[in-house]
Amino acid sequence: MVEECIQALREHFPELGIQPRPLCVYPDGRESGQYWVRIPPARLPEVMRFLRDDPRTRFEQLCDLTCVDYLNYPGAEDRFGVIYSLLSLTHNRRLWVKVFVNDPDPEVPSVTGIWKGAEWPEREVFDLFGIRFTGHPDLRRILLPQNFRDHPLRKDYPLHGKGEREAFEVIGRETA
Amino acid sequence: MSISYDIRPAGSLEQDQDQEERWTLNFGPQHPATHTTLRLVLEVEGERVVKCTPDIGFLHSGFEKLGEHLNYNQYVVVTDRMNYVSPMANNIAWHAACEKLFGIEITPRCKAIRTICAELARIQDHLVCIGCTGLDLGGYTAFMYAFNEREPIMDLFEELCGARFTTSYTRVGGVTRDIPPGWTDRVRSFLRERLPRALDDVDALLTRNRIFIERVKGIGVISHDDAINWSLTGPMARASGVRRDLRKDEPYLCYADNWDGRGAPAVKFKVPVAGGGDVYSRYLVRMEEVRQSAAIIEQVIAMLPDGPVNVLADHKVTLPEKREIYFSIEGLIHHFEKIMTNRGFTPPVGEAYAANETANGELGFYLVSDGGNYPYRARCRPPSFINYQVFPKLVEGHQISDIPPILNSVNIIAAELDR
Repeated sequence: MVEECIQALREHFPELGIQPRPLCVYPDGRESGQYWVRIPPARLPEVMRFLRDDPRTRFEQLCDLTCVDYLNYPGAEDRFGVIYSLLSLTHNRRLWVKVFVNDPDPEVPSVTGIWKGAEWPEREVFDLFGIRFTGHPDLRRILLPQNFRDHPLRKDYPLHGKGEREAFEVIGRETA
Repeated sequence: MSISYDIRPAGSLEQDQDQEERWTLNFGPQHPATHTTLRLVLEVEGERVVKCTPDIGFLHSGFEKLGEHLNYNQYVVVTDRMNYVSPMANNIAWHAACEKLFGIEITPRCKAIRTICAELARIQDHLVCIGCTGLDLGGYTAFMYAFNEREPIMDLFEELCGARFTTSYTRVGGVTRDIPPGWTDRVRSFLRERLPRALDDVDALLTRNRIFIERVKGIGVISHDDAINWSLTGPMARASGVRRDLRKDEPYLCYADNWDGRGAPAVKFKVPVAGGGDVYSRYLVRMEEVRQSAAIIEQVIAMLPDGPVNVLADHKVTLPEKREIYFSIEGLIHHFEKIMTNRGFTPPVGEAYAANETANGELGFYLVSDGGNYPYRARCRPPSFINYQVFPKLVEGHQISDIPPILNSVNIIAAELDR
């Protein structure tokens, strides 16, 4: 099912050497039927625009955008994987696109110009992972307070925090 | 473009020097019309909203971080607290993703039970939303009629799993326990005697009520193409004419053909789609979905298969029954292997995504596993969060008094919004 869009991608971007890879292979050798492709961050906007507009791919909807911190993950080479979950309503098909970035200063071009639905998920990834989306119209923290320092979903951030809860500034009647 | 605003005490009005008529108004986080804890910073000209900036995160409790430190069964307790209006649907969606990762096919009886529960949860969720459509416009009676019917659903869930609200009913490869005797009859009698009467009452009070229609028609409009581009799913998208329902397009559980492996047909139902894209369309879509859900449950009960609810023990993913643990050494070892924190689950190293059509839209979980007992990453694709980002676009240009009905029609649950 996914071959058609891979074929289209290969024809249009032969220099990227796109390989579909299964998200999961079960111990008995079966594949889970979900595939992802790796795109270099610099080429992301044009590839995404192509994926949205080409009649063979037609991924009209960005279903989800998230990030995984692959620190100490078995077999991982890069630290952060930004994962775009694309959905084509025309073909009823899904494809996952991954972009890998590394410390320091991980940066990925924003796709808000292609899918407006990317606006808040990108802010969330910026908030919780500290990945900057260049070209985002309003890149602020979304879930945590604006003066928060860390990015808690990174693997090197401890589960119990770094004492932020205890250090909360209490606003009293006099100081408000 | 950067949005900047300073924080002012709730409800205060301050006049902006540059633009004479423009005021900044704070709405929430504690406000009866927001239902839950969220805040809007509104720029208004008179009564008209010019700009709306949502400020969320008040209920952020790090559910995704917690997911990396709880095993595949334990995390179900956290999913209860996401969309707490229909917790059962979250349980089912979470374990659908786990089973996708483990590569397990659940038993036919379990599929049927989960389908019934998922549809009851949808009814439960929609009843709140439909009722609150009335409540937010001052129609308290409609709210009471709808909300009252949540009570029998909670009683049914209590019979199933001992909890009315925080159900935590599902497990990897099954459910905690089989349905009690006579339960399906009680579901049936609820669907036949109580639910239709309540729906008819709400229908009679609201659907053709002229005052109601004046307040909701043409309010908070989003077009078909925008709905897709803004990643909307569920009733929000279907009210804008997007024909998409995961139960039809990516069928799972009893919505798929041959779900019991012996050629059982998929349940028959219609997916309501409206063209208006406004608050009224969303109300109508939800209203019809409740009736369709009731029909689905009737069908599933009529063909409820016998057999085990959990996948077989040789999969080694579900806990053995108590009788086996106490009276056989194999059962005891199996139980021990599952309970010990350094043993437990052995998923493949990989990633999996599974999504269910819940009341608000596509609720998906993206799981990353490093082969250990705990997920490496447990990403939730929350429909509330994704749907809410379009909210400023919906309210801008409308009056302040239109905010409560629009907010309600998006039907966000702040606990899922902030996670």
